[in-house]
Amino acid sequence: MELANIEKLVDKYLNAETTLQEETTLKNYFKEGEVAPHLQEYSYMFNYFTNAKEETFTKAIKLEPKKSKKKNFKWLSVAASVVLLFSVFIGKQEYDRYQAKKIYAQVSKGLELLSTNLKKGEEAVANLYIYENTAKKILK
Amino acid sequence: MNQSDFLKVVLPFKDKVFRLAKRLLVSTEEAEDATQELFFKLWKSKEKIADYNNVEAFAMTMTKNYCYDRLKSKQASNLTLVHSNYKEKETSLDKKVEYQDSVNQVHKLMENLPEQQKIIIQLRDIEEYDFDEICKMVDMKPTAVRVALSRARKTIREELIKKHNYGVS
Repeated sequence: MELANIEKLVDKYLNAETTLQEETTLKNYFKEGEVAPHLQEYSYMFNYFTNAKEETFTKAIKLEPKKSKKKNFKWLSVAASVVLLFSVFIGKQEYDRYQAKKIYAQVSKGLELLSTNLKKGEEAVANLYIYENTAKKILK
Repeated sequence: MNQSDFLKVVLPFKDKVFRLAKRLLVSTEEAEDATQELFFKLWKSKEKIADYNNVEAFAMTMTKNYCYDRLKSKQASNLTLVHSNYKEKETSLDKKVEYQDSVNQVHKLMENLPEQQKIIIQLRDIEEYDFDEICKMVDMKPTAVRVALSRARKTIREELIKKHNYGVS
């Protein structure tokens, strides 16, 4: 490649008007090593660009995430809600039983009261009979 | 899309993603993490990938945005990126050392460029994308891309000349 041509290309390059093909030409030219002194700085640039393209990503790409904390939290919340539901269920049962006991106690108390009072009435009626019988005996 | 299909699509440009990430984030470790993260993100949105006709451009845009975010959070937490890992192995020949030094100089000069110019020069001069693709990746007009690229190239060249003359005289 002629020097004049390269100079023209370099000017175009600085103004960002070169095509990719022209830039490849420049890169190749500066790779050769025989560079005119006044174009020396371009040689550094283009060789750096060429070198820089050789750097690679060497690690393997992992598509599975490291055990994420999010997942753990999700399961934790599931477990927590199960525990909550269970305890509410047990609590409800316990409460119902307590209520039933209370009602039973009230009812039995009421019935007891009723029976004692009834007994009183019966005794009174029995007394009445005794009274009537003696009265009859006397009157005869 | 299963794993091997996905890998077939994304593996060809993994190095480009890595290099762009490294250009922006400077440190190799950061860039590796970023690359890993990006491919995982791509994998998660694999359903959408089928709809894009240019996955590579999409990935590069994602890389750019992701690195911007990383840089922003870095600035927010007042961390500065430390970089000391780009020294190449030096050869014993003086001339070669000097030459290699000047080539490495370009790396440092590129680091001082504004982020946008960094991305564009990376995509053009190293990865050799054509202008249409770059416009899509960085979401800019072609003229703006050319202006930025031209500025970046001129800055690097001028700095190189400055450094070189300084060394000689």
